[in-house]
Amino acid sequence: MAPRHVVFELAESADVTRLSDYERAGGYESLRKALAMEPAQVIEELLASGLRGRGGAGFPMGRKASFLPKPDQTPKPIYLAVNADESEPGTFKDREIMLRVPHQVIEGILISSYAIQARAAFVYIRGEYLTEYEVLRTALEEALDRGLVGANILGSGYSVTIVLHRGAGAYICGEETGLLESLEGKRGQPRTKPPFPAIAGLYAAPTLINNVETLATVPRILALGGENYAKLGVENSSGTRVFSLSGNVARPGNYELELGMSLRDLIVGIGGGVPGGRQLKAVIPGGSSTPVLTADELDTRLDFDSMARAGTMLGSGAVIVIDDRCCMVQLALRVAQFYRHESCGKCTPCREGTRWMVEIIRRIEQGAAGQGELDLLLNVCDRILGRCLCPLGDAAAMPVASYVAKFRSEFQRHIDEGGCPFRGTSSLEGVLAPVDEHHARARARIEVPA
Amino acid sequence: MSELRDEIHAVARRYPARRSAVIPALRLAQERYGWLPPEAFREVAAALDLTPAYCKSVASFYDMFHLEPVGAHTVEICTNVSCALVGAQRTLEAFERELGIRAGETTRDGAVSLRTIECAGGCGWGPVVAVDHRYREPVRPEDVPAIVGELRRTTGGA
Repeated sequence: MAPRHVVFELAESADVTRLSDYERAGGYESLRKALAMEPAQVIEELLASGLRGRGGAGFPMGRKASFLPKPDQTPKPIYLAVNADESEPGTFKDREIMLRVPHQVIEGILISSYAIQARAAFVYIRGEYLTEYEVLRTALEEALDRGLVGANILGSGYSVTIVLHRGAGAYICGEETGLLESLEGKRGQPRTKPPFPAIAGLYAAPTLINNVETLATVPRILALGGENYAKLGVENSSGTRVFSLSGNVARPGNYELELGMSLRDLIVGIGGGVPGGRQLKAVIPGGSSTPVLTADELDTRLDFDSMARAGTMLGSGAVIVIDDRCCMVQLALRVAQFYRHESCGKCTPCREGTRWMVEIIRRIEQGAAGQGELDLLLNVCDRILGRCLCPLGDAAAMPVASYVAKFRSEFQRHIDEGGCPFRGTSSLEGVLAPVDEHHARARARIEVPA
Repeated sequence: MSELRDEIHAVARRYPARRSAVIPALRLAQERYGWLPPEAFREVAAALDLTPAYCKSVASFYDMFHLEPVGAHTVEICTNVSCALVGAQRTLEAFERELGIRAGETTRDGAVSLRTIECAGGCGWGPVVAVDHRYREPVRPEDVPAIVGELRRTTGGA
């Protein structure tokens, strides 16, 4: 049976990037339907759908929307912030959603804005996504011309503006309060919570923040009915998700699947398995911040609860396949380097801890580490976990600790043998990370010629 | 100068608070100068009623703002996990050979700056290379000479 598509359903048989084609496929009917309902009824549909956020944390969207005060309960305007800052390594789904169904994203923004009675919606799109920004901008212009955005939408009396806001390269701006800071024209350093954005978000006004895929699902939920959408997927994980499959796999790409299929279905059945006669070694199931699974855990199901039972997370739905050529110490180093680069520096455990993680892992990889350093690494991870304002520190500590837990003998061999047992053959051998480059340049600048 | 200020003011009107326009304004300034020299911070600050130091503190947080001059063209290679697993380092080394520079450097004629970047969001189509901010996916070592040739032709370099 062909997989059931929801997010990409309208794009299956036609190019729906233009407004007229999207409307022909049934686009903006859900907006009309929503505008004829009470805002609270729209939130009821979202609650009934069981839709959980597709950005990473998986918080139920309807519940989050219900936390916002109603317009008569707050003197401030209400805002919607759209998280299009897709940056979690391994994730490239929101990009394809914006490219293929840009009007569905806009329709989802409009319906969600109406549900919370937002005055304006801000789309925070990562700066590197230039083509995606242009596609969204074209779609927004078409929608504006048609009276679907702006004042008195479709004669409903409801008005909302949509502003596209490009980021400028910072992973942390995908964290919701970092995003809000950046949108306010500041360094994207996360805020203390509470207050939560639903109470005091953008410009200290009530703000709902949702991911692109979550919002692109909303018009489809209105079309299908919340209860019907909830029949897709499995308990606590309704509907479909667009999984990003990458790494050592024959057919990488984005695949929309009902939640609850197994990693094996995705990696072997759909992705064609590991190519070149290689053996599967490990799978990162939900973006690089999630704990790793081994080849023995391929039957784990792709839903929130199954992943939690396996000690990991569904995260952003980014599945990275790793074959037996990869040295896990090098993987740990590269992952730690990323989070070190992206740490905003606000919280000491994350700022200093990620630096120490990189130093210790590098010593292990180079064979310079003593017997106690593997435990020292775990100790550093432990001193980061749960001790920072935002999840970035955890995002570094959790996966690295999991690599040690599941591949401890490989780490130990580096120490015992005084170097990498792969002897230069690892698939990640010698990979240059941006942090290496920054430090090489900083050193070059302070060199004093003799 | 006033043209840039007008553009910044037009952008600022989209937001409930003017300061929200800092990042778009810095981008406009960078498009004008190619990087962010001290006068860019002065102009952005004046247009938004902020200080140049504040504008620089914001710019320094974000990877896409250049606080030093860069080449006429930029080549950025993602070396994060997914791209690295499928050969990003070999693609990087091919660019280094072809351009005669290391990652983080600019060619002597100022034509091309080469650097590594963190995940660009093209993981299933890697190795991802952004050439003047447009993604090329995938770029293998054998594709590199043609890309470098294309960049050299459009800058009139050797």
